[in-house]
Amino acid sequence: MAYLSGTFCSPFGRHGGSTAINLMATAARGALRDAELKPPQIDGLLTGYATTFAHLMLANVLAEHCGLQPDYCHAIQSGGASGLTMVMLARELIRSGRCKNVLVVAGENRLTGQTRDMAIQALSQVGHADYEVPFGPTVPAYYALLAARYLHEHSLSEADLAEFAVLMRQHAATHPGAHQRDAIAIADVLASKPIATPLKLLDCCPISDGAAAIVVSIEPTAKTSVRIRGSGQAHRHQHVSQIVDINATGAKAAADLAFQEARVDRGRIEYLGIYDSFTITLMMLLEEIGFAERGEAAAKIRNGDFSKQSSQPLNTHGGLLSYGHCGVAGGMAHLVEAVRQLSMNAGERQISEREWAYVHADGGVMSAHVGLVLQREK
Amino acid sequence: MDQLAEHFWAGCAAGELLFQRCVDCNQVQFYPRGVCLHCGSEHVEWKVSRGVGTIFSLTRVERAPNDSFRALVPYSLALIDLDEGFRIMAHANPQLKIGDRVRATFFNHDNLALPRFEPT
Repeated sequence: MAYLSGTFCSPFGRHGGSTAINLMATAARGALRDAELKPPQIDGLLTGYATTFAHLMLANVLAEHCGLQPDYCHAIQSGGASGLTMVMLARELIRSGRCKNVLVVAGENRLTGQTRDMAIQALSQVGHADYEVPFGPTVPAYYALLAARYLHEHSLSEADLAEFAVLMRQHAATHPGAHQRDAIAIADVLASKPIATPLKLLDCCPISDGAAAIVVSIEPTAKTSVRIRGSGQAHRHQHVSQIVDINATGAKAAADLAFQEARVDRGRIEYLGIYDSFTITLMMLLEEIGFAERGEAAAKIRNGDFSKQSSQPLNTHGGLLSYGHCGVAGGMAHLVEAVRQLSMNAGERQISEREWAYVHADGGVMSAHVGLVLQREK
Repeated sequence: MDQLAEHFWAGCAAGELLFQRCVDCNQVQFYPRGVCLHCGSEHVEWKVSRGVGTIFSLTRVERAPNDSFRALVPYSLALIDLDEGFRIMAHANPQLKIGDRVRATFFNHDNLALPRFEPT
């Protein structure tokens, strides 16, 4: 049994003067406080990476900084999938008996710790160094290549993509920690600055500073008893030019493994936390995993599905598109929100009582997939 | 850049789009590796593509990653399915659409001859 016993997610946005380590340390303290655990009780520590602090031993640096002395400790790198990958590994460490309380931490001053050009250039390196990067691509351009083809194959429009940006902004409006909270309409998305056709500025998540942390424990706490019931990964390619079938990127394969292990059907899921680096990311993931028929996800939004009042609310914190994206912690915010919603700890954003949730992240260009099925114990 | 990549880009400089074919199983692959991904054979040979194919996807980049590419904005990036059975990323004429038939040309940028696809 592995429980999500403590969570913390900082406000995302501009944290001038912050560093990756002090953002991560704040998140680590916050999650320990939430789990009502003391530093000596943490016997496992996993961290992501930070583009602003490329240290060889980030997890050890953080352990020392926070006064932790874990029995198991390292950093991992799997792009946007890193957060859920760490939580999946933490669960395995609990289940094997290696650890009792694993702290998973990520954070980075991605916005204020470097220039925008530095961030864009660093991120574009997920492309192939010899056969893609020489052509001058960016991460939005990689996803734009997917978007152009996906819209073409399924007879969809840029206005369909815009639905996802508008929905995420509606959800962010009720979260005080969200990076972008001003209301937007479909027309605003369509009129926003072109980045890489068909993606405009509002189809892309912002670059943020921020941090998140999650404790995975062998025991629940008095306050929360959300368990990880299933997990799965799939890795079919790294580079966009090597994707064989854009309708089978690995998202469904990862989700299938998670649902098989949890022995539950997708229809039972009552909350969704789905990675949304771009509007196209969210559209492709929802449709490939099977939370919408192919080509139907935007129509479902127009129908009110995925709203807070619906049977499957989606990213009620606002997602990467509006809560913000600070790297590894950006992909953990979806899980933090899912745990809070299931635990009835979401404050003003609280949706009606739910039992099952599914959370999914992708790293690279739909390259590394991780899915987790969560259940609140009654 | 590894030796295989240097060979590929030297081909571009000479106006040739190179790919690999396995001598043992005949499978085509791109990008180049030291072994055939299909059968594991080390007998992979270089072939020169006719440079003719079909646009799989296309985007017009308005926000470049650095100063070198800012000078070209807007430029179109494409994924092209070559007739020999492999896909590459390259630049493309901005008038092109998905499904259009194209042919490779080359232009010099940052000391490389970059493939750029034009209508056939």
